[in-house]
Amino acid sequence: MARPQVSDLAGDLVPSGAVAAPHEAAVVAETAVAGLSHRRLRLRRFRRHPAGMIGLVLTVLLLGIGLLANTVAPGDPFAFAGKPLSAPSADHPFGTDNLGRDLVKAVIHGLRTSAVVVLWVVLIAAVVGMVIGALAGYRGGWVDDVLMRFTELFQTIPRFFLVLLVLALFGSGTTNMILVLGLTSWPMLARVVRAEALSIRERQFIEAARSLGASNLRILRKHVVPNLVPAAVVVIALLASRIILLEASLSFLGLGDSDVMSLGFLVSNAQRFIRVAWWMSVFPGAFLALAVVAVNLLADGLNDTLTPTR
Amino acid sequence: MSWRYLARRLLQVVPAVFAIIVITFGIIHLAPGDPVVAVASGNGDDAYFEFMRKKFGLDRPLPSQFATYVGNVVQGDLGNSFAQGQRVSSLIAERVPATLLLLGTALVVSTVGGLVLALIAARRPLGLLDLGVSTAALLGYALPVFWLAQLALLTVAFELGWFPLQGMTDAREVSTGFAHVVDVAYHLVLPSLVLAASEVALVARVARTGLIQEQGSDYVRTAKSKGLSPTGALLRHALPNALLPVVTVIGGRIGSFFSGAVLVETVFGWPGMGRLLVDAAGTRDHPVLLGLVLVVAFSVLLANLLTDLVYAWIDPRIRYR
Repeated sequence: MARPQVSDLAGDLVPSGAVAAPHEAAVVAETAVAGLSHRRLRLRRFRRHPAGMIGLVLTVLLLGIGLLANTVAPGDPFAFAGKPLSAPSADHPFGTDNLGRDLVKAVIHGLRTSAVVVLWVVLIAAVVGMVIGALAGYRGGWVDDVLMRFTELFQTIPRFFLVLLVLALFGSGTTNMILVLGLTSWPMLARVVRAEALSIRERQFIEAARSLGASNLRILRKHVVPNLVPAAVVVIALLASRIILLEASLSFLGLGDSDVMSLGFLVSNAQRFIRVAWWMSVFPGAFLALAVVAVNLLADGLNDTLTPTR
Repeated sequence: MSWRYLARRLLQVVPAVFAIIVITFGIIHLAPGDPVVAVASGNGDDAYFEFMRKKFGLDRPLPSQFATYVGNVVQGDLGNSFAQGQRVSSLIAERVPATLLLLGTALVVSTVGGLVLALIAARRPLGLLDLGVSTAALLGYALPVFWLAQLALLTVAFELGWFPLQGMTDAREVSTGFAHVVDVAYHLVLPSLVLAASEVALVARVARTGLIQEQGSDYVRTAKSKGLSPTGALLRHALPNALLPVVTVIGGRIGSFFSGAVLVETVFGWPGMGRLLVDAAGTRDHPVLLGLVLVVAFSVLLANLLTDLVYAWIDPRIRYR
């Protein structure tokens, strides 16, 4: 089933204390029966989720092709490789573009850009979102108020337009793209993590740890954060699929790094030749869509297996 | 809807407006490059730049510049375009109708389409039709809207020739009156369908979940046991209650509707705000760019406010958050 935006999901992702309790009990029971650890159990559950497994395999495959682009398709993707605008053939399975560039190579290097941008953005968003969310949820009180108001205000300007404005004003290199996407992507994660931390804070094992004299930092590190990971992972996976689309959309509008090959750029370049060279649009777009579907399926599988509240 | 809720909700708008203004002001002032040099396209000497800086008040301290900025934004004065010299507010105003037409149509199409799909799917959960709708929804959600637009151009417009390729009206024949309406409607079909496609998915998903939930509830069973047909119970009883979350989803997606419109307008050559935005980004026309971002941000803010008010109006249980 299609996933809505992360923010919409916050509602059904985050178990309230009452909802979580029976689920925890169920997990405990299942664990006891199978004699498996939590982690092994989740792994097993994920392996039995066909959509999730397909998503995982496709994601790893596309990520691998992208990150190994220089080995899989060595050389400059902008280089002239054959007669311009030639249709798909044995030499050029995806055809060539208006400047005679081989589109197989271009797509592979485009995947590389998507992969690099997504990985960095997710890293930035994960660190900022986890820290702010965990802090707000665990500390509560005025810390929570301040951080959450800040998060909300951060979201008032629609992200796409905020990013577009910054890229147009500050220049559109890959570094800028990563920074601005990363620094605008954390609020959704922070909100989900905060809600999760709020409910974890009230659990008995936290009280137990505190009564044993554990410091706040230790409780956060040892007891709160590890329990935030499942919900965070699901949000991060959903985030990744949004980032692939955002990066491609921005590159499509000419706000990508012009020195780096990207799928969005390839589709936008196809626009002028749509009547004569359908392959220029179809192949790069198909791989872009495939990447998004793959990550969405993966997120779906993770959601069903890591947060099985329904 | 209680007055208390209304007052609270309206009050929340104030910090949001302030945030929009502060963030945009911050971005402009942190941006590299001297606006004075940019306006002069690099021509001119230091004395001229100094003169211009004074003229535009750029030599004044930051707080004073901020006050001017707030004053101007509040009055709807967005400055002049670098590239065209026209007032930004009138440049944007020219483009608003085309974008509103596209957005409005897509909004209606995606809402109605999503509900219809959800009704089909919810009649037999996990049946063949339900799975079909789910798969279509996943695809609609995952396909990049600009690529979907190009595919539509390639197939329906170019190969089959059913719809025009570009623009909002036929450039060869200038029409008036009713013929003009038909002409615009004909050009509107593909862009609005493509823009609606990604949002249909979400509406369908949320409405389907709601419908399936409501169908299992006591009042629907009561209605059925009193002799109402399953379809009747679905339409008369389950649907109105399942609509509540749909309202929130649609309202919450106005921002992404806008970004989708920018992309769709680019592919179809639709003369709306999106095209203006892309042109402004391309020519680094900062005032136009900033003006458009402000207009979109305030529109989204307004849409969210309206959504919450509509929600509180149709669901009297809502007091305040």
